[in-house]
Amino acid sequence: MKRYTLNKSAVLIAIFLAVGLIYWIRLFQLQIIDDYASEAQNNTIRNKVQYPGRGLILDRNGEIIVYNEPVYDLMVIPGQVSVDETDWNLLADLLELDSAGVRERYAKARAYSRYAQSVFERQISKEVYGRLQEYLYLFPGFDVQSRTLRRYPKPIAAHVLGDVGEVSEEEIKRNPHYQPGDYIGKSGLEKFYEEELRGKKGVKVVMVDVRNREKGSYKDGALDSLPIPGEKLYTTLDAGLQEYAEWLMQGKRGSIVAVEPSTGEVLALVSAPGYDPNLMVGRVRSRNYNMLLTDPQKPLFNRALMAYYPPGSIFKLPQALIGLQEGVIRAGTGFPCDKSLVGCHNHADALSVAEGVRNSCNPYFYQVFRRVIMQGKDPNRFIDSRLGMEQWNKYIKSFGFGTRLDIDLSDAKAGYIPDAAYFDRYYGKNQWAFSTIYSLSIGQGEVSLIPLQMVNLAAIMANRGYYITPHLVRAIGEDQRPPEMDLSPRVPPIDRKHYDPVVEGMYGAVHLPGGTARRAYIDSIVVCGKTGTSQNPHGKDHAVFIGFAPKDNPQIAVSVFLENSGFGGTWAAPTASLLIEKYLTGKVQRKWLEEQVHDFTIFTYDEKGRIIGPPAH
Amino acid sequence: MENNHTQRLWKDLDKPVLLIYLFLVIAGWFNIYSVVYDPETTEGFQLAARYGKQLLFIGFAFLLALFVLVADLRVFTQFAYLYYGIAILLLLAVLVIGTKISGARSWIKLGPISLQPSEFAKVATCLAFAKYVSHPALNMKKVKNQIAAALWFLVPMMLILLQPDAGSALVFLSFVLVLYREGMTGKVLWAGLIAIILFIAALLVNNYIILAAIALVIGFLIFRNKKTFKNIALGVLFFALCSGYVVGVDYAFHKLSPHQQQRINVVLGLDPDIKGAGYNVNQSKIAIGSGGFAGKGYLQGTQTKFNFVPEQSTDFIFCTIGEEWGWVGCTVFLAAYLWLIVRLVKMAERQRQPYYRVYGYGVACIFFLHLFVNVGMTIGLLPVIGIPLPFFSYGGSSLWSFTLLLFVFLKMDARQ
Repeated sequence: MKRYTLNKSAVLIAIFLAVGLIYWIRLFQLQIIDDYASEAQNNTIRNKVQYPGRGLILDRNGEIIVYNEPVYDLMVIPGQVSVDETDWNLLADLLELDSAGVRERYAKARAYSRYAQSVFERQISKEVYGRLQEYLYLFPGFDVQSRTLRRYPKPIAAHVLGDVGEVSEEEIKRNPHYQPGDYIGKSGLEKFYEEELRGKKGVKVVMVDVRNREKGSYKDGALDSLPIPGEKLYTTLDAGLQEYAEWLMQGKRGSIVAVEPSTGEVLALVSAPGYDPNLMVGRVRSRNYNMLLTDPQKPLFNRALMAYYPPGSIFKLPQALIGLQEGVIRAGTGFPCDKSLVGCHNHADALSVAEGVRNSCNPYFYQVFRRVIMQGKDPNRFIDSRLGMEQWNKYIKSFGFGTRLDIDLSDAKAGYIPDAAYFDRYYGKNQWAFSTIYSLSIGQGEVSLIPLQMVNLAAIMANRGYYITPHLVRAIGEDQRPPEMDLSPRVPPIDRKHYDPVVEGMYGAVHLPGGTARRAYIDSIVVCGKTGTSQNPHGKDHAVFIGFAPKDNPQIAVSVFLENSGFGGTWAAPTASLLIEKYLTGKVQRKWLEEQVHDFTIFTYDEKGRIIGPPAH
Repeated sequence: MENNHTQRLWKDLDKPVLLIYLFLVIAGWFNIYSVVYDPETTEGFQLAARYGKQLLFIGFAFLLALFVLVADLRVFTQFAYLYYGIAILLLLAVLVIGTKISGARSWIKLGPISLQPSEFAKVATCLAFAKYVSHPALNMKKVKNQIAAALWFLVPMMLILLQPDAGSALVFLSFVLVLYREGMTGKVLWAGLIAIILFIAALLVNNYIILAAIALVIGFLIFRNKKTFKNIALGVLFFALCSGYVVGVDYAFHKLSPHQQQRINVVLGLDPDIKGAGYNVNQSKIAIGSGGFAGKGYLQGTQTKFNFVPEQSTDFIFCTIGEEWGWVGCTVFLAAYLWLIVRLVKMAERQRQPYYRVYGYGVACIFFLHLFVNVGMTIGLLPVIGIPLPFFSYGGSSLWSFTLLLFVFLKMDARQ
């Protein structure tokens, strides 16, 4: 018994001594056999981060719309600089700075850390770098780090592409991948596809002597790794169409969005006024950012995805579809244009759904919506309206309204669709009925859409009954793999057959007498469209047009939204028709119309670049 | 009378342990001073710097040691279960009101002082565990009783894992060694060793090859022994267990958070990522390796001076010893530590009271585990696990708890 316990104590002591022995031998190996000693005695080992180039961004035809330009950051390790021996004036000359600025920079780096590397001067151009390189040996403690900046061959699609900037402390905390001085996508596609675009940093381990001169690669580069460039982004944009759309929108406020209906691919996405993306790059970024931020026309605001607008008469399209699906009207149902119900322009009474859409008859859709909301399911009209409202809300949301479309840009907003609970809160339960909410019938009142949802409606009409979530990236990387998105068709609960009379009305609006969108007409292409005029408290009405073409097998759906530009048929419809012509035929024949549309503006710049015109809201 | 009492205490006190304690604490302070030391600064001694604070911590630790020696031992032994209860409550509290420092919620902030409850839980668990295990009516040969005893350290261990602080939790496994001494079969230690080997193999080698190897070994064992039905059934069962474990490890590894995966990969040599997770270890190895035979001399370390090694004054303090004192210094350090641990084991064996014996083993095993994990990590043999090196790492909580652990045992020993 006694022996047994003694044994156990000996076993434990043996374990302790064995571990001690193993560690002792390991230390012998590290400290005496391995050659760390010679390497570290007079040399210091430094990790030089090799920054990868960010992924290129291409348009749908393979045209490069974003590329990289090399620049250089001058880095400093203050602990290795001998302040008295450094020729500060020469350094200032080389960097094209004044000598006070150079000393200030040094003091700042010194205050940050003696031993850690920090940026002394960022984004030095190729030319300055060329001269600096020859003299760099005179400046121990300084080193050059190559970086890249984004460049845009065409000054287009700033809102879509977004910009790149230095990581903030917040972002470093959230994601350990980043270190101070790294760049990160700040908005747009650059932000959404950051992980794909950024690539993988490499490292080069070099030995430097006490004067910080490189003494070659450590362990013959065994520990080095090459940077892996970011992946290419194949976008759905058509650079030519995007450029043309932005040209047409000059001097206007609003938005153009074009998609390919069968795939949901966004061909162009414009928010006007916009800005040149080259302004948001490199050293000028923060100055330009502040300038754009204070611009009263709000160019940084992406109207296509963030602006809430009342849709106006384009809302009559889903209203007609819901009426047909609920069976409260048929394709041949007519209503007189009774202006005592709701105001309207002068036209013949609409004898069918198609004519109602063609003339955009307000009383007609007043009646349709009344029948949808008050179906007589309950004798009490308040309760009846509430039931109808709940049903209508389900239908209208299935068109992608009132919820965020899952586009690959994080800016997109949801728009707003009221429901019964909203009116209960606003008016009190059983205190409201159809008569309270009838303005919804013509897209006014409590409803608002973003322009992306408007073009999505056009796509649903073009597809006769479904849409695919609009998106901006088709493929990623060398293997061109599709992005991780749900691109299955989304189908509102409306039977296919009900689309025909409504599309017929959209055809009539462009082609037949009395149609509101006659200015969207093109000789060679059958365009279907719907205008809208969106009343708003900020001055003149907003003009809207949505449409698609050709009528059969549509290739493009467009929405044009022009703030404070009056009736939708006047400017919005021809703008859309020009885009359709440009996209489907490659060039625009109607130069006169192009001139007219381009020259129509709601604000201008004077010779000093100041804005003349009403401010944005 | 008072004087007489003090004289007797001094006479009975184990002087070698006391000396080695003083040596380690003082050497530890000089090390921290060296880490913080900036050759260019002209400012004098600063109390607010880490070496200044550590000096205060050491002063308080000495007071604490004195208190333990002077106070009645029953203050500690009698209320062991109460302290344990308080420690568990603190561990629960820290999960709720604790301050998050580098990802783990393991500190309670009281004004200017931060306390780490897991450090004090170590002391309380050691006291309570020893009290329970040494109960005369308890037969520790019985597996049921061993499991009950294990619960005493598994519960605080789980709570600390929730913070999550893997390093501090790991320390509680040192009680397994104590259990072994008190009656648990050595097969558990073998099983642990096999589990570790299989764990490493599962990550390094193709799983099918491992399974084949296990099958071969078991087949050989059955072939050598009696080919009874029982032996064959046991072999098959063992094979099933091993293969389940190997597959499980592979699966669990991929469930770990990426940075933990990376740390393991770095040790196994699968990921030489010296910029990321491997950075600490690589820099630490360079620092130790560059010390050479005799070291660069006190205050002369360049690797550690230039802040290449992170957590220099806490978890990676051993680098400074390696760089400035070389292999000679490391040998002295290891020898001193092992000597302390072995002496504690011997002292434990000479206790007449079972309670004191078990407690002494607990102290020795806790010190051993700290040394094992901390030094193993800095020399690149174990993954990076944050755990202090007793008496060397900067920090009050750990210094006080180690002092408390040690001096309670010294007092027990003196009482004999």
